[in-house]
Amino acid sequence: MIEFKDVTKTFDSKQGSVHAVQDVNLKIEDGHIYGIVGYSGAGKSTLIRMLNGLETPTSGAVNIDGVEISALTGAALREQRHKIGMIFQHFNLLWSRTVLENIMFPLEIAGNNKADAKKKAEHLAELVGLTGRETAYPSELSGGQKQRVGIARALANDPQILLSDEATSALDPQTTDEVLDLLLDINKKLNLTIVLITHEMHVIRKIADHVAVMEDGKIVEQGPVLEVFKRPKQAVTKRFVNEEVTPSLNETTAVVGQLLEKYPKGTIVQLTFHGDQAQLPIVSEMLKQYTLDLNIIEGAIHQTQEGAIGSLYIQISGDQDQLDGALAYLQKMRVETEVLNRE
Amino acid sequence: MNSQGLGSYFNFSTVDWGNMLSSTWETIWLTLVSMIVVAILGIALGLLLFETTNSQNPLAKLLNWVVALFVNVFRSIPFIILIVLLLPITQKLVGTIIGPRAALPSLIISAAPFYARMVELAFHELDHGVVEAAESMGATRWQIIRKVLLPESMPALVSGITVTTISLIGYTAMAGAIGAGGLGNLAYQDGFQSNNNAITLVATVIIVIIVFIFQFIGDFAVKHIDKRAN
Repeated sequence: MIEFKDVTKTFDSKQGSVHAVQDVNLKIEDGHIYGIVGYSGAGKSTLIRMLNGLETPTSGAVNIDGVEISALTGAALREQRHKIGMIFQHFNLLWSRTVLENIMFPLEIAGNNKADAKKKAEHLAELVGLTGRETAYPSELSGGQKQRVGIARALANDPQILLSDEATSALDPQTTDEVLDLLLDINKKLNLTIVLITHEMHVIRKIADHVAVMEDGKIVEQGPVLEVFKRPKQAVTKRFVNEEVTPSLNETTAVVGQLLEKYPKGTIVQLTFHGDQAQLPIVSEMLKQYTLDLNIIEGAIHQTQEGAIGSLYIQISGDQDQLDGALAYLQKMRVETEVLNRE
Repeated sequence: MNSQGLGSYFNFSTVDWGNMLSSTWETIWLTLVSMIVVAILGIALGLLLFETTNSQNPLAKLLNWVVALFVNVFRSIPFIILIVLLLPITQKLVGTIIGPRAALPSLIISAAPFYARMVELAFHELDHGVVEAAESMGATRWQIIRKVLLPESMPALVSGITVTTISLIGYTAMAGAIGAGGLGNLAYQDGFQSNNNAITLVATVIIVIIVFIFQFIGDFAVKHIDKRAN
């Protein structure tokens, strides 16, 4: 189990002190995929780097399985680092080494003999789907393949924890999904705890089971992913959730604006469905019960690790009592509704 | 004071080829020996500079200051002056101030700081993320030097030693002029002082060929080592 206890990190510079991380308390259970999401500068990178001692907290403690990693130095810290794999946004492979030699690198560092290291590396190359590319150099690989090497390398010393520092941020959407699938697969196969930081809600939705949202060095919201998706409390979380549920929110806003102009009498409503509701014919039931005209503006459904989440923009028009009845019905069915043109 | 015409360049019958050959070997020997020592010393000094830059340790700061001073001072002294300046030290170190071996101390002291700066620069240009990745795996400083810094900056180190070696060849000729032997010595004594332009020309051509060969080997090695792009 990973535990952050009252962790604060302050950087002193000539311009003054920067509180990169402030009073963070966080528990991560074994075998979980824990996502930390935030915009750049939120402090998530500093936070994750404390887990392998690349940063030390100014105050507070970081414990892994009861060992206070933030207090370790020298050989004890290096020993601990062998058991924590890390993957990076820019892969950080050694270009002078082949795929296989890159995977062997941490094994050499940990003092394994060459023959054993080679055997292990071959096995890992297979695990991450790089069979046949063992003798290639990183410059000959695609971004996705490079990150696969990075993952194999991070797994070489049989770590209990894998840290992912924006590992998919430099990849295209399809490759991102492939790499995320691989991480999910590894998490299940090896029962590995994965701590990942990202600014993409998509990554969280796809593989994380728990999420913490960071802003200005603080964790403003945390919990199971669906929970946080369902009822985002903080503005920053809402922004992330909106970004994810309606990737083209800006376009939608433009369409909504046009529709508001075109049909000043209509009511535009954003509906958000969670889990099972996304599968129920709630909207068609509403239309049967109330006399309304309905116009769908935009809709999307996303699968998360814990269920579906759907979002629908509709324009409804009709008599006021019918409208009020329909909105009350939606609320009764526990669909989140937000009326957009009633200020 | 005869044979001052342009035709004198091609009066090859006056060239003592045996002498020319032994002078060529002296130049190559001087170049190779000083190159090897400069490579080792330069990498060591460059590493020392790199590792002590930005260090908080007061001892490391002092070391960095001393090494940087040494490097900057000896890099600034014109070679011809350095030889003369180092004459007493050379006498003490090598036991003589005449001949190829006497040229070695000044060659090395002038070129090693030059190369050390290139080495330091090569390390600074490495992607810091790679060093950090090695740190995150629990690598010791020495493992990072041996397995990351040196192999990852090898193309820059090799092209740096190529450039340094080529300027070393120039220096050997200068050292030759004041009695260190080699082609420089031959061109100066038998060519200039004896008014034998053919010898000067042949010595020049051989030096150019030596430079070309070193450049070719260096370029070939860099191309072979560098796996970053094809």
